[in-house]
Amino acid sequence: MYSDKVIDHYENPRNVGSLDKNDPNVGTGLVGAPACGDVMKLQIKVGPNGVIEDAKFKTFGCGSAIASSSLVTEWVKGKTLEEAAAIKNTDIAQHLALPPVKIHCSVLAEDAIKAAIEDYRRKHGGQQAPAKAQA
Amino acid sequence: MTMSSPALNVGNGSSAAPAGRAGANEPKKPIYLDYQATTPMDPRVLDAMLPYFVEKFGNPHSRNHAYGWEAEEAVEKARKQVADLIGADEREIIFTSGATESNNLALTGVARFYKDRKNHIVTVVTEHKCVLDTCRHLEMEGFEVTYLPVRQNGLIDLDVLKQAITPKTVMVSVMAVNNEIGVIQPLEEIGHICREHGVFFHTDAAQAFGKIPLDVNRMNIDLMSISGHKIYGPKGIGALFVRRKPRVRLVPLIHGGGQERGFRSGTLPTPLCVGLGEAAAIAKREMTAEAERLKKLRDRFYERIMSRLPEVYLNGDLENRIPGNLNLSFAYVEGEGLMMGIKDLSVSSGSACTSASLEPSYVLRALGVDEELAHTSLRIGFGRFTTEAEVDYAADRIIEAVQKLREMSPLWELAQEGIDLKSIQWAAH
Repeated sequence: MYSDKVIDHYENPRNVGSLDKNDPNVGTGLVGAPACGDVMKLQIKVGPNGVIEDAKFKTFGCGSAIASSSLVTEWVKGKTLEEAAAIKNTDIAQHLALPPVKIHCSVLAEDAIKAAIEDYRRKHGGQQAPAKAQA
Repeated sequence: MTMSSPALNVGNGSSAAPAGRAGANEPKKPIYLDYQATTPMDPRVLDAMLPYFVEKFGNPHSRNHAYGWEAEEAVEKARKQVADLIGADEREIIFTSGATESNNLALTGVARFYKDRKNHIVTVVTEHKCVLDTCRHLEMEGFEVTYLPVRQNGLIDLDVLKQAITPKTVMVSVMAVNNEIGVIQPLEEIGHICREHGVFFHTDAAQAFGKIPLDVNRMNIDLMSISGHKIYGPKGIGALFVRRKPRVRLVPLIHGGGQERGFRSGTLPTPLCVGLGEAAAIAKREMTAEAERLKKLRDRFYERIMSRLPEVYLNGDLENRIPGNLNLSFAYVEGEGLMMGIKDLSVSSGSACTSASLEPSYVLRALGVDEELAHTSLRIGFGRFTTEAEVDYAADRIIEAVQKLREMSPLWELAQEGIDLKSIQWAAH
């Protein structure tokens, strides 16, 4: 039912934790809804060169949701904001071999990256966009 | 009194140390804690059934020879064993394929027979799907159905029941024990109300028969649905109790040779009937001791969880509950994620997240459990072959998994910061 990669990320999640959401260099994305059974928090720390230095996640959800968010924390590190924003849910779903009923987990992970980037940009007076589900 | 036979090894229950189960190359079997879904057959039941497959294979309805007579004798003995467990007369027991058929027959059969005089049925929102779905079909046939709500503890309000009964009400159908939360409805009081109003009382007792004392006369029950595989009997057999005095009449669903007094045609499956009878006889002898043992195991499990994990909520009443059931919500962790962390335990998740619908349990929703809490619930069922070592191991595994997932949960983090999750505007997806 679950692929080996999903099981690996579930059992050994990468980069679980939190960054200081008030740090101006940290962007936080919080997407999903408890009533739907999926909430992801993804945080990125952006260096002076515009490259993502660190990423952390916390996820409430099924194994595929946890694996999707764990995977994207690995992928975004070392990327510029533009490169990170280009990550597609289909890449995540393919990498983790998600079954059709779990595709929404990868969609949520993509949303989380975008929300974190938006939050960072907003702190820096960049593009204004309404953030989803901000605490 | 010992319940298990040395021949049986369910969920490796008979091994001393469940943690060190199975050798390195043997596939490990998970510990079975889902006794409300089904039960393993008691080896004593299997022993009773075996002669009726090959040697005593006769058709119990064959009147002309010894093969038929011995099969008939076995079926009639089983019928009496079933009747004896509920204080009924054996002539009031109809064998069916299971509780789903019994519920279909009771509801549809009674509704159709009395439709010229009465056209209203009262049931409860937390009934099993086979009752609710049958009621939906009856509504399409033109019957009216009232679905009673339940209180937060899962029990119905007797005053609300009284108010729902009208001169057009033919039957009240209330399950004896709920399959998800294990709560026991006040059957005697419901029976009294029904008798007072001249309304038939049907109860789906799939989860109650053999688990709690039932007496159709004391409780004024007119129809009762019974299942074999929930009480360590075989799958594919059940029964319907249909009262003779005052007489309940039914239109049959299955037509044919007129077996089972015309209520249910078809050749009876002798070995399955024998299995249900034997399972009922064992339950009659051992119910009291078994209930005590299960209650101890359940309380042990519950206390271990509650003493080591905060924010765990019990769904359904604790007092009015069968001893072998717990339904717990582990706040801030998601049910399916939790199930994945306890793969060596076979329990049931309260939400159906594997379906695309992401619907949490309608039973928990009916209790008023928040959708987010309903997503975090597990049904844990204990039974005849559950051991103390398994219970301890299972509790520790769940505690460990919940702690790990909470460390990973953004909702747990927000709650620890004192943020009310309801104050956040969540994006729907």
